[in-house]
Amino acid sequence: MQELHGEKTGNAKKERTPMPEQPAEERRKNFNEVTLGYTKEDALAEASRCLTCKDPKCVEGCPVNVDIPGFIKMVCEENFEGAIERIKATNALPAICGRVCPQETQCEARCVLGKKGQPVAIGRLERFCADYEHEKGVKSPEAMPPTGKKVAVVGSGPAGLTAAADLAKLGHKVTIFESLHKAGGVLSYGIPEFRLPKEIVQQEVEYIEKLGVEVKPNYIIGRIKTLDELCDDFDAVFLGTGAGLPNFMGIEGENFNGVYSANEFLTRVNLMKAYDPEYDTMVRLGKNVVVVGGGNVAMDAARSALRLGAEEVSIVYRRGEDEMPARREEVEHAKEEGITFRLLTNPVRILGDEKFNVTGVECIKMELGEPDKSGRRSPVPVEGSEFLVPADVVVIAIGTSPNPIIFKGSEGLEQNRRGTVVADEETGATSKCGVFAGGDIVTGAATVISAMGAGKKAAKAIDEYLKEK
Amino acid sequence: MAYRILEKEEIAPSVHRMVIDAPDVAKAAKAGQFIILRIDERGERVPLTIADFESEKGTVTVIYQEMGKTTKQLAKLSAGDSLEDFVGPLGTPADVRKLGTVILVGGGVGVAPIYPQAKAYTNAGNKVISIIGARNKDLLILEDELEKASSELYIATDDGSKGHHGFVTDIMKRILDSGEKVARVVIIGPPIMMKVGAGVAFPYDVEILVSLNAIMVDGTGMCGGCRVTVDGETKFTCVDGPEFDARKVDFVQLMNRLAMYRGEEAKAVENYEDKCKCGLH
Ligand SMILES: Cc1cc2nc3c(=O)[nH]c(=O)nc-3n(C[C@H](O)[C@H](O)[C@H](O)COP(=O)(O)OP(=O)(O)OC[C@H]3O[C@@H](n4cnc5c(N)ncnc54)[C@H](O)[C@@H]3O)c2cc1C
Ligand SMILES: Cc1cc2nc3c(=O)[nH]c(=O)nc-3n(C[C@H](O)[C@H](O)[C@H](O)COP(=O)(O)OP(=O)(O)OC[C@H]3O[C@@H](n4cnc5c(N)ncnc54)[C@H](O)[C@@H]3O)c2cc1C
Ligand code: SF4
Ligand code: SF4
Ligand code: FES
Repeated sequence: MQELHGEKTGNAKKERTPMPEQPAEERRKNFNEVTLGYTKEDALAEASRCLTCKDPKCVEGCPVNVDIPGFIKMVCEENFEGAIERIKATNALPAICGRVCPQETQCEARCVLGKKGQPVAIGRLERFCADYEHEKGVKSPEAMPPTGKKVAVVGSGPAGLTAAADLAKLGHKVTIFESLHKAGGVLSYGIPEFRLPKEIVQQEVEYIEKLGVEVKPNYIIGRIKTLDELCDDFDAVFLGTGAGLPNFMGIEGENFNGVYSANEFLTRVNLMKAYDPEYDTMVRLGKNVVVVGGGNVAMDAARSALRLGAEEVSIVYRRGEDEMPARREEVEHAKEEGITFRLLTNPVRILGDEKFNVTGVECIKMELGEPDKSGRRSPVPVEGSEFLVPADVVVIAIGTSPNPIIFKGSEGLEQNRRGTVVADEETGATSKCGVFAGGDIVTGAATVISAMGAGKKAAKAIDEYLKEK
Repeated sequence: MAYRILEKEEIAPSVHRMVIDAPDVAKAAKAGQFIILRIDERGERVPLTIADFESEKGTVTVIYQEMGKTTKQLAKLSAGDSLEDFVGPLGTPADVRKLGTVILVGGGVGVAPIYPQAKAYTNAGNKVISIIGARNKDLLILEDELEKASSELYIATDDGSKGHHGFVTDIMKRILDSGEKVARVVIIGPPIMMKVGAGVAFPYDVEILVSLNAIMVDGTGMCGGCRVTVDGETKFTCVDGPEFDARKVDFVQLMNRLAMYRGEEAKAVENYEDKCKCGLH
C-alpha cells in the first residue's frame, strides 16, 4: 500500500483520521460516551480527504440525501456554521445521526474513496459540525406565520420529532403525545448514554419546543384518547409510535427471574438510570450475563451489563459475524471491551433454581444450511451439540413489533400481518383519512435515519393535505 | 408538567388515600384500571389502582400501603405537593356487564380496587355482595363507601376485632354454599389471598377473576417485565390484564416474580430511613 499519509496532493490521504475514544479498559467501567469526537484539526484533516465529487455517490446512500460534498467543502473552509446549516437543510438531528447511523451501509458505503481504501468518515464530520453548533449555542429556529391548522404527532421518537419540527416550521400548531415520561423514543429509553448522551437528545427536544411544538408526556393514545378522537380534535395526525413490543423466544424457562427483554433492561438502565445510585431504579446486577441477539440492541444490552459490573458477558447469536445486523463500530467496540461472541449458537432452554432465579442457558450449535428463498443461508441446529452457558442475568434482544395500544378503540387503520401499519412510501398516508404514519411502526424495527426520513416525507405530505383541506 | 395532590389522608395505619389533579386520566378512567406514578426525577415508576375518579372535577383517587421506599416516600407528601408523573388509565377495564349476582372480595389494600368495581357492577344492574377483610378492625378501609355501593357488605378480620373472625374467603364460601346463584366472584388482594380464594371458589360453578399486581415498568406492553403465565401462555399483566381468569393463573410464578428485587428493596428502605433520620428529608 502506498503511504500517502500527510501528503496533500490530490486530497487523497488514504487513511481516515482516527476517532479519539476512551480506552477500552477505562470505558468498560463507566457510562460516559465512548467516542470523544473530532477536534477541529481532526475534522479539517478528514474533510480534506473528500474529493467533492461532481456526481457524489455518497449522497445516494443517505436516506435523507444530506449534501455531503457541500457541507464537507464548508468544513474545509472552516465555515462550520455554514456546514451545519447545509446538513440541517435535510437532516434535523445531525448530532444523533452522526453518532448512530449505520454509515458503513449507507453514505460511507458508497463513497468513491471506499473502492480502493477507506471512505471519508462522513458521520464523524457530521457529528463534529453538530457538536460545534451546540457548543456555540444553537440559533433560534424560524417558523413561518401560523396557518391555524392543528396537527397531532403520536410518539416522540426520531420519526415524530422530525415530523413535528418540519410541520412547526411550516406554521402548523403541533402537539406531540408521548406515553413515557420523557420524549425521545428509543433515543431516550433504548440507546445507552455511552453511545448517545441523553443531553443531546434533550437538546433536540428543546429545539423542537422552541419551534412552538407542545410535548405532552404521560399521554397514551389508545388509553386517554383514541386515535378516532384525535382525528376529531386535529386537522391531521402523524403516527410515529415505533416498534416497542418485545418479542420473546417462547422457550422453556423464559419467565425465570433475571430474564429480561432488552427493552426492560435498557429502559431501567437508560431512561431510569439504574447505574446511578441516586436513582431508585432496580436492576439485577449479573456476574454472568448472556444476551441473545446480534443487532444494535444486543450490543447495547451486553455493553450496559458489562458497565454495571458483570464479570463475563456473552452474546449468543444464531448466525455468523457477517450476518450480524449491528453497526460495525459497535461490534468492534464490544469486542475491545471484552464481550464474548458465541456465534452460530442458539438458546434452546433457560434453566433456573428452586427460588426461580435463572442459572444458565442451554444452547445448541448451529451451522449454515442451504440458501433459503431470500438467498440467505439459514442456520440449522447441529444435533447433539447442546452445551450450557452459566448465567444469572439473561437479556433477550431478538426483535420487537409495533405496540398495538394505539389501535385500541379505533377503526379503519389497515395493518400488515406483522402488526405494522400500511402506509404510502412517499407520503406516509394510511388507509385512514388524515392519518399519516412513518418510522418503525411502518417498517418494523429499522434505523433512526430511516424513521427521520419517513417523518420528513410525511410532514411534507401533511402540509399539502392541509392546504387542500 | 406536574400533578398536584389535592387531598391526602391516612385512612388506616400506614394506608393512605390521595386525590390527584389529573383531568386527562380522570376523563378516560374505568373500573379495573390503574395508573403509574413517579414522585420525582429519580423515583421509581409505581403502579396503583384507580380507587375512585371524578371525570367532571378531573380528579383521581389512589389508596396505597407503605411497603417500600417509594410508598413510604409517598406517605410523606401532603396536599399541595406535586408528583412528577402520573400516567393512565392503564390496563384493560374490568369487564362489567349485567350478570346477576357478583361477589367482590377484597383483602388489605385490595379493598381499594373493589370500590370502583362495586359502583360499576351496581350501576350495570347487578346485585353486588362485597366482602372485605383486614388483619384487624383498624386496618379496615372504605367500609362506609362500600356499604353504600353494594347490596350487601360483609367484614372479616384475622383477629375477630370486627365482623367474622377469620378470612374473607370463609364468608365467600358460605354464600356459595347457600345455594344463591352467583355469576362471578372477583378477588383482589395479596397474591397469596387471591390464590387461596381462587382455590376455595374453584369447585363451584362460578366465574373467578383476580387482579394481578406484577412488577411493572411502563404499563403499556413495552417492557414485558409484568409477564405472567395464564393458561400456559405468557401474558403481559399491564395490557392483557390486570384481570385474569383465576383458574388459569400460575400464582406460584407470580409470587416468585414478585420476589425478584426483595434484597434490593430492603436495602433501599434501609438507606431511605437512615437518610430520613438525619432530618434533612
Ligand atoms: C437499543 C436500540 C439501539 C438502536 N441502535 C440504533 C443505531 O445505532 N442506529 C440506528 O440507526 N438505529 C438504531 N436503533 C433503531 C432506531 O432507534 C429505531 O429504528 C428508531 O428509533 C425508530 O424511530 P421511531 O420514531 O419510529 O420510533 P421510536 O423511537 O420507537 O419512538 C416511538 C415513541 O412512541 C411512543 N408511543 C408508542 N405508542 C404510543 C401511544 N399509543 N401513545 C403515545 N406514545 C406512544 C413510544 O413511547 C416511543 O417514545 C436502535 C434501537 C434500539 C432499541
Ligand atoms: C396493577 C397494580 C395495581 C396496584 N394497586 C395498588 C394499590 O391500589 N395500592 C397499593 O398499595 N399497592 C398497589 N399495587 C402494588 C404497588 O405497586 C407496590 O406496592 C409498590 O410498587 C411498592 O413500591 P415500594 O417502592 O414502596 O416498595 P418496594 O420495596 O419496591 O416493594 C415492596 C413490594 O412491592 C412489590 N413491588 C415492587 N415494585 C413493584 C411494581 N413496580 N409493581 C408492583 N409491585 C411491585 C414487590 O414485590 C415487593 O414485595 C399495585 C400493583 C399493580 C401491578
Ligand atoms: S444522515 Fe446518516 S446516512 Fe446521511 S449522511 Fe449523515 S451519517 Fe450518513
Ligand atoms: S463520494 Fe466520498 S469523496 Fe465523493 S463527495 Fe462523497 S464523501 Fe466525498
Ligand atoms: S409493565 Fe412493561 S410490559 Fe407490562
